[in-house]
Amino acid sequence: MIRFDSVSKHYPDGTVAVDSLDLVAPSGQITVFVGPSGCGKTTSLRMINRMIEPTSGSIWLDDQDTSRIATHELRRQIGYVIQHAGLFPHRTIVDNIATVPLLLGWDRNKARARGRELLERVGLPAHFAERYPAQLSGGQQQRVGVARALAADPPVMLMDEPFSAVDPIARDQLQEEFLRLQNELGKTIVFVTHDIDEAIKLGDQVAVLRVGGRLAQLATPAQLLSEPADAFVAAFVGRDRGYRALGFTPVGELATHDEPTIAMGSALTGAEAADGWLLAVDDQGAPQGWLRLADSRPGADTTVTEDLLHRGGTVAGADASLRAVLDACLSSPSGRGVIVDEAGRLAGTVTASEVLALIERRAPADPNPQPVGGGGQ
Amino acid sequence: MIDYYRQNSDQINGWLGWHARLSALPLLFGLLIALPLGWLARRYRWLYPPVVTVAGLLYTIPSLALFILLPGLLKTRILDPTNVVVALTVYTVALLVRVVADALGSVSEDVLQAATAMGYRRLGRLLKVELPIAVPVIAAGLRVAAVSNVSLVSVAALIGVPELGQLFTNGFQLSYQTPILLGILLSVLLALAFDSVIQLVARVLTPWRRAVPR
Repeated sequence: MIRFDSVSKHYPDGTVAVDSLDLVAPSGQITVFVGPSGCGKTTSLRMINRMIEPTSGSIWLDDQDTSRIATHELRRQIGYVIQHAGLFPHRTIVDNIATVPLLLGWDRNKARARGRELLERVGLPAHFAERYPAQLSGGQQQRVGVARALAADPPVMLMDEPFSAVDPIARDQLQEEFLRLQNELGKTIVFVTHDIDEAIKLGDQVAVLRVGGRLAQLATPAQLLSEPADAFVAAFVGRDRGYRALGFTPVGELATHDEPTIAMGSALTGAEAADGWLLAVDDQGAPQGWLRLADSRPGADTTVTEDLLHRGGTVAGADASLRAVLDACLSSPSGRGVIVDEAGRLAGTVTASEVLALIERRAPADPNPQPVGGGGQ
Repeated sequence: MIDYYRQNSDQINGWLGWHARLSALPLLFGLLIALPLGWLARRYRWLYPPVVTVAGLLYTIPSLALFILLPGLLKTRILDPTNVVVALTVYTVALLVRVVADALGSVSEDVLQAATAMGYRRLGRLLKVELPIAVPVIAAGLRVAAVSNVSLVSVAALIGVPELGQLFTNGFQLSYQTPILLGILLSVLLALAFDSVIQLVARVLTPWRRAVPR
């Protein structure tokens, strides 16, 4: 647990970066600091490992006052990840990762073995170990940055816009893997971003800060979307928040319809579908895409092949959020959203109006929603 | 020229050896002094302008003047090679202080921030992170200083220090070109040798620079 106890940071020129911040970042959870530039989010983060010293107030790591721990010792027990990774250009990847273990006096071989283990853990191939940072892409460097922060297995991790500088596809992937990793490791994480979508996607709780370093709201992502505390938070959370909030509501009991299917590779002869759309599945029963019979009528011996399929539709798991299920409907060319079971096999289809009926029937916003699994949000 | 060398090889080799020593020692001492000074100029930004200005001014003192003044200051004899070593150390420091400060300044803010956040203390960060990354820039400065030293040492011949400059004074006194040409040739070769050694050492210290970018 990290506790801010009326922490302020004033600069001699009169700037107030952080104004009496009181906040608890619970153990094993991701707390996101989000806000416009100048809101003191990075300053707050850096006060935790004393890269910046508070003007007043204190910050506690569990029951320890951080101002009473020698800075280098404090920092060695806190993982730190920054925007451009900040890898050491003169050290190989494995030695970069082994930095903190070596500082803690681990045996060199043990430290490097740990480095290799983490390389794999963050999804990089083993042969990257002996490369230098300049030989890696931005996204790969950022993975190494995460691995380096994890090397000594610190209970606390500070992450300062770690995924902001990579391209959108790599960012999405990094975020997914970060959540997967956090699921396994359960670190106490403070994460800074200016991107509200990232905050909502990653945070267990989100602290919205306003310019001048004041806490505007501390809430779960779902609460933030459904009950913004004031006009500033509402404006900052932005558009589509009704739709995005659906991402935090599990769909629950979902009555699906049976959907006629056709197997990949089978002949189209005699295939019928009420509205001209037929769902193709592989031999495990996993949906592959929609087939429009009108497009593919010609020869009697035509079979279902990859290139005949429309792949626009998303697929939602049976335990997915209302948002994922609704999106499956809206994106499906047939208008029927494809629902799959845990193994990815077709469970049936639903229509958008059925999902809307579910949304209308549901109780007004649940302030403590259950976490939503699979299928994306 | 080859005949001239053969006839005087013992003496000339002796001069070459001295020349090498008188250029190399100041390079070493100069680097050792410039490192902390450059670090200070980097650490306390307000020190940078005065340090760089003073260093620049030092370099403008004529070498001959310094060779003659130093014995008085150091209480050494006029012919003592210490005078030459001290004078050239002054020039080397003058050249390298700025180089060291700029080389340390070339280390990216992200890297410094990461190193501090990992828990490096000031000295550890300097020795393990900043200096290794600064090697290429410092080496480039050392190459300039080495060549400058080889050339400046010759001037000491005027006060009678035995080194390749003797070939120039001899040639001048005898109105004989051969020793002068030989002196130039050997100076150039010596400078090239220093240059190669510095490049080689820098190469060995920076395997990361040879890694092919993706």
